[in-house]
Amino acid sequence: MSLLATKSLTKHFGETRAVDGVDFTVRDGEVLALIGSNGAGKTSLVNLISGLIGADSGQILFRGADVTQESVHDRIRAGIARSFQLVNLFDHLACLDNVALAIFSREGKTRKLVSLARRDGAVWQEAGDVLHQFGLDGKARVLAGGISQGERKLLDVAVAYALRPRLLFLDEPTSGVSTREKAPIMDIISSIVRSRGITAVIIEHDMDIVFKYSDRIVVMHQGSILADGTPDEIRENETVTTTLIGKPTS
Amino acid sequence: MSTIVAALEARSPAKVAASVAPLAVLLLALPYAIDPYQTILFTYGLIMAIAALGFNLLLGYTGLLSFGHSAFFGVGAYAVAFMVKYLGLGSMELFILGAIAASVIVTALFGFVCVRYTRIFFSILTLALSQVLWSLAFKFFWVTGGTDGLRVPTPTLLGVSLGRTEDKVTFLAHSYYYYVLVIFFACVALMWVIVNSPFGKALQGIRDNETRAEFVGIQIWRYRLMAFLVSGVFTGLAGALWVPLNGLTTPDILYWPFSGEIVFMTVLGGFRTFAGPIIGAVAFNYLKTYAVGFTVYWQMFLGVVLVFLVLVLPTGIVGTAGQLGARLRRAA
Repeated sequence: MSLLATKSLTKHFGETRAVDGVDFTVRDGEVLALIGSNGAGKTSLVNLISGLIGADSGQILFRGADVTQESVHDRIRAGIARSFQLVNLFDHLACLDNVALAIFSREGKTRKLVSLARRDGAVWQEAGDVLHQFGLDGKARVLAGGISQGERKLLDVAVAYALRPRLLFLDEPTSGVSTREKAPIMDIISSIVRSRGITAVIIEHDMDIVFKYSDRIVVMHQGSILADGTPDEIRENETVTTTLIGKPTS
Repeated sequence: MSTIVAALEARSPAKVAASVAPLAVLLLALPYAIDPYQTILFTYGLIMAIAALGFNLLLGYTGLLSFGHSAFFGVGAYAVAFMVKYLGLGSMELFILGAIAASVIVTALFGFVCVRYTRIFFSILTLALSQVLWSLAFKFFWVTGGTDGLRVPTPTLLGVSLGRTEDKVTFLAHSYYYYVLVIFFACVALMWVIVNSPFGKALQGIRDNETRAEFVGIQIWRYRLMAFLVSGVFTGLAGALWVPLNGLTTPDILYWPFSGEIVFMTVLGGFRTFAGPIIGAVAFNYLKTYAVGFTVYWQMFLGVVLVFLVLVLPTGIVGTAGQLGARLRRAA
């Protein structure tokens, strides 16, 4: 059953067809990898679905409802969350506060002006649990701007995860971190996503990660979907290998 | 102790109250320790501290630099003056209620226009709108008294006309000082709760990263508008408290240099700390008063101080003191 479906989704930036009539589906409970060369339209597609940018035409259906014109706020309420290629955190707040703020917002408590945040023990406990799951409990009181890039990547995902999404977009969760750090980061994210039954879409360039962690792979090229299949099917797909890697010389 | 418990302990209201209790006792004893002129001067500082606290909710906690807070201060002051002139009222409590109501209306109007913008656009818009109010106060002299301003006599406090049983200086240095002090404490406590509330956290999130704030589900402009309203009301309240102390309000307090003074106070104390604007307002008040008495080039003197602040003490008095304290603790 599809959790998300886009129909003829289109976004042009001047002459550039960033997303060109894309029909894209995400099934409930799967971990899907979205791959393609730079400029293929992966991040633009995620930006459209998450509401960061508006579509020129087409439809976005989430759990059967049309969310194309919905605000970011309403899409988050519906259950769509995301992390970012370039980490987006509250750098002057402690790691614990970063996660707690997401929880306060999820619970609609950020409207409370005259009540001390510290008194809401349940929120802080949950924030601590989330940090623990992501292996960041030792950084609870450290400012988000003062932790390593790998930890920042994890915290960015943790903040999105704290919103309890049904669908989580992970935009290059291991970009900018050392090769040694990539597998541990993906192991943590993968185990949390799978154990909680969260549907996840991972944009990634590292093919080892893509083939290891995803159930299905969608390949984008020049704003359109080039291929869609299981990791084995994509590995054997000549069009994909030719387009992404180039033709082997004889 | 777990990390989470430790993090919460650090923010305990009991700890904060215990740390400011000696200062509160000192402030209560102040009129008996210094001469009336100094007490009145300090009262000006406390009032400006309320304005700076409000201003810093926008600058320090929401990341919006307003160059139009003179408007809200002026609205508070003129609301009181109009209540005296046109309604014949003399109760300080009614003055405060009237000033808050007027501030809410004007701040909501300004905020509706301004909070959709950020950075220089927000600053310029607030500056421009405040100057509209200044020109109205300046030109509609038959209503506002023009450059002559409007006089505000000694008000009654809590329904008691103390001003008629004691001379004005004694009234201002004792009864009015304590009245302002109580409101100052209430404002500090309220602002402390606001910045430490989930709402306050949301504002800090917006300040740090608007995109991430939006993607945790915070509706940015609504929170900015609410912060703008609270900020304006605090500043309007300060204007209402200021005008009986000053005895007169003129368009000068609506003019843009007065907005600049509020910015100066906040930067002087340190806008990254809660106490910074309070210390900055009191310090600026003394600095300006003595600079004016010392030299006719007092603006130049204050300009040099501002340049020194930005270059040498960018975190302000409180920020620098905090850094020095931390360094000493590490060294010990």
